[in-house]
Amino acid sequence: MTSTTPPLLSVRDLTVDFRTRHGTVHVLENVSFDLAPGEIIGIVGESGSGKSVTAFAIMGILDKAARILSGDIRFENRDVMAMSPRARDLWRGKEASIIFQNPRTALNPIRPVGDQIADVIARHTPAAPAEVKARVLQAMRQVRIPDPEKRMSAYPFELSGGLCQRIGIAAALACEPRLLIADEPTTGLDVTTQAVIMDLIRDVARAGNLGTVLITHDLALASEYCDRIVVMHAGHVVETAPVAELFARPRHPYTTGLLGSVPSLVESVHDLRAIPGSLPDLRRSDLPPCRFADRCPRHQPGCEAPGLRPEPAGPNHLVACRYPL
Amino acid sequence: MSKIVWRILSSIPTLFGVLIATFLITRVLPGDPAVFFASNPAMSNEDVEKIRVALGLDKSLIEQFWIYLGALWQGDLGTSISTGQPVATEMLTRLPASAELTIFAFLLAIAVSIPLGVVAALKPGSWVDQLCRIIATLGVSMPTFVTGLLLIYLFYYILGVAPEPTGRLDPFMFKPPTVTGFILIDGLIDGDPETTWAAFKQILLPGITMAIFALAPLARMTRASMLNVLSSEFIRTARANGLTRRKIVMTYAFRNAMLPVVTSLGMTFSYMLGANVLVEKVFAWPGIGAYAMDSLISLDYAPLQAFMLIMAGIFLLVNLVTDLLAGLVDPRAGLS
Repeated sequence: MTSTTPPLLSVRDLTVDFRTRHGTVHVLENVSFDLAPGEIIGIVGESGSGKSVTAFAIMGILDKAARILSGDIRFENRDVMAMSPRARDLWRGKEASIIFQNPRTALNPIRPVGDQIADVIARHTPAAPAEVKARVLQAMRQVRIPDPEKRMSAYPFELSGGLCQRIGIAAALACEPRLLIADEPTTGLDVTTQAVIMDLIRDVARAGNLGTVLITHDLALASEYCDRIVVMHAGHVVETAPVAELFARPRHPYTTGLLGSVPSLVESVHDLRAIPGSLPDLRRSDLPPCRFADRCPRHQPGCEAPGLRPEPAGPNHLVACRYPL
Repeated sequence: MSKIVWRILSSIPTLFGVLIATFLITRVLPGDPAVFFASNPAMSNEDVEKIRVALGLDKSLIEQFWIYLGALWQGDLGTSISTGQPVATEMLTRLPASAELTIFAFLLAIAVSIPLGVVAALKPGSWVDQLCRIIATLGVSMPTFVTGLLLIYLFYYILGVAPEPTGRLDPFMFKPPTVTGFILIDGLIDGDPETTWAAFKQILLPGITMAIFALAPLARMTRASMLNVLSSEFIRTARANGLTRRKIVMTYAFRNAMLPVVTSLGMTFSYMLGANVLVEKVFAWPGIGAYAMDSLISLDYAPLQAFMLIMAGIFLLVNLVTDLLAGLVDPRAGLS
């Protein structure tokens, strides 16, 4: 994607804190990235790096404990955070949708799945019941649910995890949104189902020219399905690059660490390297400008200087490191 | 359908256990009914012995139990030794009074506690939430007879807005012809709303007394369950799909939150039947609770046994209804 097309989604300097009983957690700091129409990007990072919080902030479904301190989220150049609650409700599910990681618990356990899809359709594009039903069936066929007439009256507990995730995707896509966020969509599924669901997400995204954000901790998975990858670490975006570029020329020490820790990306098991240390305690008030500094093999005194920002490091390539590779 | 039949059949051993238990419990009560019944100082030991034989108390426990079972089989609950009336007739005339009071209080408690719990959960820390907490604390800490006496003191004695707390209807009014046994309803069937209104005023204070008792656990349960459901993942999905707050609260959260509440509704109803005894005493309500209490004091075995048997039967029935209701609300219940 060239930088001349106006982005579908633009996130700038998103900073989010969580007020908890154990202190304030600085979950996100100055997170920025763009998503072009029809583009699939992957947000990759280990647990606790702020991937899901970023997604929830975009959708406006953060917990009550979360405070958005600063930042700008634009969807087709509209300021999403300035929308009225009602306008944002109408935006959610219609223009932007999200699917979640545990397909079974993400569905209402005592409501037939067809009704749950129908609720979304009836909310955003009201129509006569027969018309809504036809569109529910169409949405279910779109995600390749076999025998939708029978399945629509089933309850989530009567369906497999993979089918439940398809229902979640069908509900998310029922009103033909232009943005789809997939928050670890295959984490709760077994391996064979994972590939099927990922193929499905890619196919519907390509077919509908959907801008898609895939959130995952699995770099190999992201490389297979995405155009571009955003690497997050401890609430920072540390590196952004197209997949081929990122794999050929990783610039951030954390990215190289991640690449070295993925079994399918190294030559043999002996070459697998764990990233030393763990995420810094995000409750600290004296977090360093580079939150990877404590774990970094290339750490130098200059890393402590404030004002670290992602800088261009190649075509479509940004890296937030003073001493990149 | 076969599940229901099976449930009913499986309650028969329980009922039989209750039979044995109530029989034994009444027999180990301190005091000798024959002596009590012959409460005339002029009576000799011989006379007391005659009464004992007449009451069948001279026979062995097992023999007495067989006689009891045989009578029960024919629908004979025995005869009260203090009133001389067949217990079955007494129970039939008193049961509607108790049932009317309990159901009235139960509906009142549901009507107040569930909205209260829901609103408290939707706005934690608000004044409704505080109110919910205060009512829950009061309801738990105040025995029903204290609540009842306080209400009588305030509304009858001080304010004078409530009628005299004696029974189901003003003594100067005529009872409407019995159709359902519930005066509130019979008055309307009879085309006499004035009677219904009078009965309503009579039932209000004892009803509120019992409702306050039942309110506390129900409101707390609703609030906790609602809070729990509101933080679950499918509510987040519903929000993410842009559903209206009304739809999320009513269709998604409320119905799920009701699952544990339905179960506790059954328990609460059963507890209320127990609490009935004291409330009926305080308000001179002619129900089976007060009758059982009088029988207990006068060592009148037959009504006491009948009371416990009826209560056990109602308990089992309530449990059955609760299970069926839970199965209706929760599609997963049919599996287990």
